[in-house]
Amino acid sequence: MTVNAPSHPNSYRTGPDDRGRFGIFGGRFVAETLMPLILDLEAAYDAAKNDPDFHAEIQDLHTHYIGRPSPLYYAERLTKKFGGAKIYLKRDELNHTGSHKINNCIGQILLARRMGKTRIIAETGAGQHGVATATVAALFGLPCVVYMGATDIERQKPNVFRMKLLGAEVVPVTSGSGTLKDAMNEALRDWVTNVDNTYYLIGTVAGPHPYPTLVRDFQSVIGRETKEQMMTREGRLPDSLVACIGGGSNAMGLFHPFLDDDGVRIIGVEAAGHGIETGEHSASLAGGSPGVLHGNRTYLLQDDDGQILEGHSISAGLDYPGIGPEHAWLRDIGRVEYVSATDKEALEAFQLCSKLEGIIPALEPAHALAYVSKIAPDLPKDHLLVMNMCGRGDKDVFAVAEHLGVKL
Amino acid sequence: MSTRLDKRFAAQHAEGRATFVTFITAGDPDFDATLEILKGLPGAGADVIELGMPFTDPMADGPAIQASSQRALRGGATMLKTLDLVRRFREGDSETPIVLMGYYNPIYHMGVETFLHAAVTAGVDGLIVVDLPPEEDDELCVPAMEAGLNFIRLATPTTDDKRLPAVLAHTSGFVYYVSINGITGSASPQANDVAAAVSRIKRHTSLPVAVGFGIKTPEQAAEISHAADGAVVGSAIVGEIEKELDENGKLKAGGAARVLDIVRRLADGVHQARVAAAE
Repeated sequence: MTVNAPSHPNSYRTGPDDRGRFGIFGGRFVAETLMPLILDLEAAYDAAKNDPDFHAEIQDLHTHYIGRPSPLYYAERLTKKFGGAKIYLKRDELNHTGSHKINNCIGQILLARRMGKTRIIAETGAGQHGVATATVAALFGLPCVVYMGATDIERQKPNVFRMKLLGAEVVPVTSGSGTLKDAMNEALRDWVTNVDNTYYLIGTVAGPHPYPTLVRDFQSVIGRETKEQMMTREGRLPDSLVACIGGGSNAMGLFHPFLDDDGVRIIGVEAAGHGIETGEHSASLAGGSPGVLHGNRTYLLQDDDGQILEGHSISAGLDYPGIGPEHAWLRDIGRVEYVSATDKEALEAFQLCSKLEGIIPALEPAHALAYVSKIAPDLPKDHLLVMNMCGRGDKDVFAVAEHLGVKL
Repeated sequence: MSTRLDKRFAAQHAEGRATFVTFITAGDPDFDATLEILKGLPGAGADVIELGMPFTDPMADGPAIQASSQRALRGGATMLKTLDLVRRFREGDSETPIVLMGYYNPIYHMGVETFLHAAVTAGVDGLIVVDLPPEEDDELCVPAMEAGLNFIRLATPTTDDKRLPAVLAHTSGFVYYVSINGITGSASPQANDVAAAVSRIKRHTSLPVAVGFGIKTPEQAAEISHAADGAVVGSAIVGEIEKELDENGKLKAGGAARVLDIVRRLADGVHQARVAAAE
């Protein structure tokens, strides 16, 4: 199969439908106050998508501000260690701000400007999206408010200070459990109050339509580059793709351009926390059921009465009780395999990658690497595996030290 | 078909009075306390009762109702218990309309058909589900209408004339005008803006229009009642319940009566508004 192979008559890449749905998932489950706003956003995005100037602006910032394309790196020592598949890392941790989150923020801030919005709000869990949002808000001189759970503020202090340096106001959220889902509730409350001037810059492939689509599109640069780079390096497409999943934006960005390439096995890795069986995890697909939250229908961690449960993960970026609706659909139709890795497995992979490759990964992609370490040894040596190294681990060194019992 | 809600708004209108809609959260702080307050509401002047279905993530609600949902959930509230509260209330009151208000997920999780059947059986009259705009009408609104329940839609300052017909299309019982852009219990509405908005909505529908979000005092309630067919008060009542909790989170002795006193004052504001204006 080549890059130019005709796409399927029945493509996996045509969603969502005009109601913003992927199968039964997605949709627009928002309060009436917000409904006109998301219709405006949809219209603005449709117009922007067809405007070459918009794409040129994005391209320019990719090249000169983010530093794209990110390298596709052959991880020789990890490959030797596992003794099977040839491991490539898509180095999105080398982006400006240290993760894939900036890809989406660049796209959305340009959209916000086109819409004439003068104030930016965002939610953040680990702080990576908050930092990326604060960065683009600084770049374009727009005031920025970031909602962050009080619990997360405590465990991600360096990112909180970074956001403040960038000129953003960080608002601690104490309602609920003080983590990402509560931050998202609070951002929605802000938006509903400041509808005239405010743009809500959602950080993952979730929320009401059109957010899952536009975030996916802005992140798909990861997969498009990977395709080209692999063709240049190996003369063919990869055999498998692996990425970690919280809300699922880095995974969707890598996966989407490959969905119609039959020969490519695609694997998403959720956070199993202390283990799926303990109930303390953030694996909405493995341990959840369909429900409606934050504007979309998707798999959710919830109790018997439809109340949302708290996720748990060592990684604040994966600690969310839902998942993007397109992932929910891809799971149900069987195109993508969804698996999980525990806190402990992620910690081991975190250390392994640091020692063998000189790359300190974020705890999020450490989950993906943990799963790679399980399957790679049994795969043939000519099997090309790409893992998305979607963030760097500087933000996590304090948390990891604590888990390893090291006092800094 | 004339429903309990239709009859109640018509009767109030015939008497030249606005309709007072009260909100409390089911199970806040526990089942028995809610039942006691619920039973007292009609006597304290509530014409229509909105009963909140607690949800962990009430995105459109301000701090007062968020806290009340959390208290209810800690106190063991469930969807079945909420419906049981309605059933118990109906044993002694067959006239006062009850509207369940909340978010879609607990209903969706229970199963729409199961929920609707249980709600009709318990004696529920209508539903307000915040996160179901007209774009998602086939989820619950249409099945609820077919089951004989009123589906009450929220109209907001962002609902322009172009959008109003879609918002009103499947609305029945009354229209709930959200008087501010924002969350429950936050900024208070300007009476002039509300009057203009209500007449704008009335150009598109013959349904009564009740106004809520941010009405806290009898005076504000009276002001709104000049302009609209009804006034909704939630956070202010729920806030009174919070003040009546002891250190164990239980309602203090006499707490229900004191909450109902506040309701009575608000009700007087609503009911006497037009009388006072006529004098």
